[in-house]
Amino acid sequence: MSHKVIVPIGPYHPLQEEPEFFRLHVDGEKVTDIDIIIGYMHRGIEELSEHKHFHQVPYLVERICGICSSSHPYAYVLAIEDILGGEANVVPERALYIRTIVDELQRLHSHLLWLGLAGHFIGYNTVWMWAWRYREPLLDLFEMITGNRNHYGISKIGGVIHDIKDEDIPAIKKAMDDLVPAANMFKGAVMDDPVIHARLKGVGILTKQQAIDWCTVGPTARASGVDIDVRRDDPYGVFDKVKWNVIVEKEGDVFAKAVVRILELYESVGIIRQCLDKMPKGPIDADIKDIPPGEGIGHVEAPRGECFHYVRSDGTNRPVRHKIRAPSYVNIASNKVAAVGQTISDTTITLAAVDPCYCCTERVAVLDKKTDKQVLNGWDLIKLSQEKTEKIKKRMGINV
Amino acid sequence: MEDIISHIRDKLKDSIIKVEEKATPRVYIEFKPENIPEAAEFVFKELGCRMITASGIDTPQGIEILYHFSQDVSGKVISLRTLITNKKSPEIDSIAHIIKGAEWIEREIWELLGVNFKGHPDLRHLLLIDDWPEGKHPLRKDNR
Repeated sequence: MSHKVIVPIGPYHPLQEEPEFFRLHVDGEKVTDIDIIIGYMHRGIEELSEHKHFHQVPYLVERICGICSSSHPYAYVLAIEDILGGEANVVPERALYIRTIVDELQRLHSHLLWLGLAGHFIGYNTVWMWAWRYREPLLDLFEMITGNRNHYGISKIGGVIHDIKDEDIPAIKKAMDDLVPAANMFKGAVMDDPVIHARLKGVGILTKQQAIDWCTVGPTARASGVDIDVRRDDPYGVFDKVKWNVIVEKEGDVFAKAVVRILELYESVGIIRQCLDKMPKGPIDADIKDIPPGEGIGHVEAPRGECFHYVRSDGTNRPVRHKIRAPSYVNIASNKVAAVGQTISDTTITLAAVDPCYCCTERVAVLDKKTDKQVLNGWDLIKLSQEKTEKIKKRMGINV
Repeated sequence: MEDIISHIRDKLKDSIIKVEEKATPRVYIEFKPENIPEAAEFVFKELGCRMITASGIDTPQGIEILYHFSQDVSGKVISLRTLITNKKSPEIDSIAHIIKGAEWIEREIWELLGVNFKGHPDLRHLLLIDDWPEGKHPLRKDNR
């Protein structure tokens, strides 16, 4: 007998990590529809920005997200430098290299963070612990270069604030050398494990057409065969001066999204190594004071996809309008198609697959529509997801 | 690489008001509000551009909306600009039925700037709470 329930996945309390609210309409085991409700973390940053001096705004937009806290200020300074005549014409070369290195270090730590969470949701807690263990040395690098583990405070209109010291370079190189075996391990753990194949393949599929229709970006789009990457398409920093590849997969399922992120780890390591070798000596700041009237657009490839900033200046010392679009804004909306038709046990990992900063699935609750009584809570849903993995293992005769 | 601007000029020459090329990869093309759906459809479907987002701006002349598109193969960012002069009750046709990804941003501009998107499938609050007072729009300059 089919039994219709509504499953609310969601926040209500700003102290919990990343409030988003998903209301799943469920018929038996199948998800038939999904309402996505956001706005719990609306802090009015676009409006706040209009009350800040141009040079204060990077610190404000950095606080949009603690994970991609290099992407937002970077996109903002690119927008301002667009008004001034383009990044390459304004910023000293050494600063371009430093910006690129910090941007890629950020991608590495963000992808490892996602990998750990994804492992946890399907019951691979060892992957979770290992991924975060290898993320830790990267945060130490940030502390060494910028003084902060998060919110690096390195972007500045016309340059960067902190230089990379010569004596720090061996430590960065060693961290990159140490990361490659770890990436190999994750690649093996995901790509060679029949259980993960069975668990993630064909789950949460976003087709190429859907990815285009919903305007998705970043690994979410690339896993569905959409070959886009701002770093290559509209190069900033020194991405056009180093050799690297855009990773594209065709399947569009959770497995493909994991593969894209794991393979991107290697590309980021390669970019950082080349930047360290090629980085010239010289100034790191163009010392820009006044911003002329005009309008500028800056966009960068954040770990989750394109991060977009539009700034209009009227010649005073504050922006008249500052529009920000983070990558999750479009990627989360695409869950409307990716999660529908799945079973409840696949929902957590499907919603997590777009990497909506932190996944909010541990605040899931299943409500019975008739009695309004809570049937399952968030931990139960993660347990459901983990139990499905166990079942697959048993079916394959793998003992754990 | 085919030049996207000449494509747009050829197809939509009667409705274009102004074309500005600010820096090589940044193009701003101004249209009348009623021509926006046609222009957006051409840029999105025929030219294969990806919609990034839209920016709504409260200016002294009216509510200005910029629809930002990215032509990823060339790295160009094309912004379709339009000005709605009626600030009392600004209205424009929705493009959400053409581009699914425009649904959220139209809801956002509706609540923050009070622009009514005609034909939007689901025009309700996105970022603000559901019982936000009617007629108060946080990004309107006269509302501060």
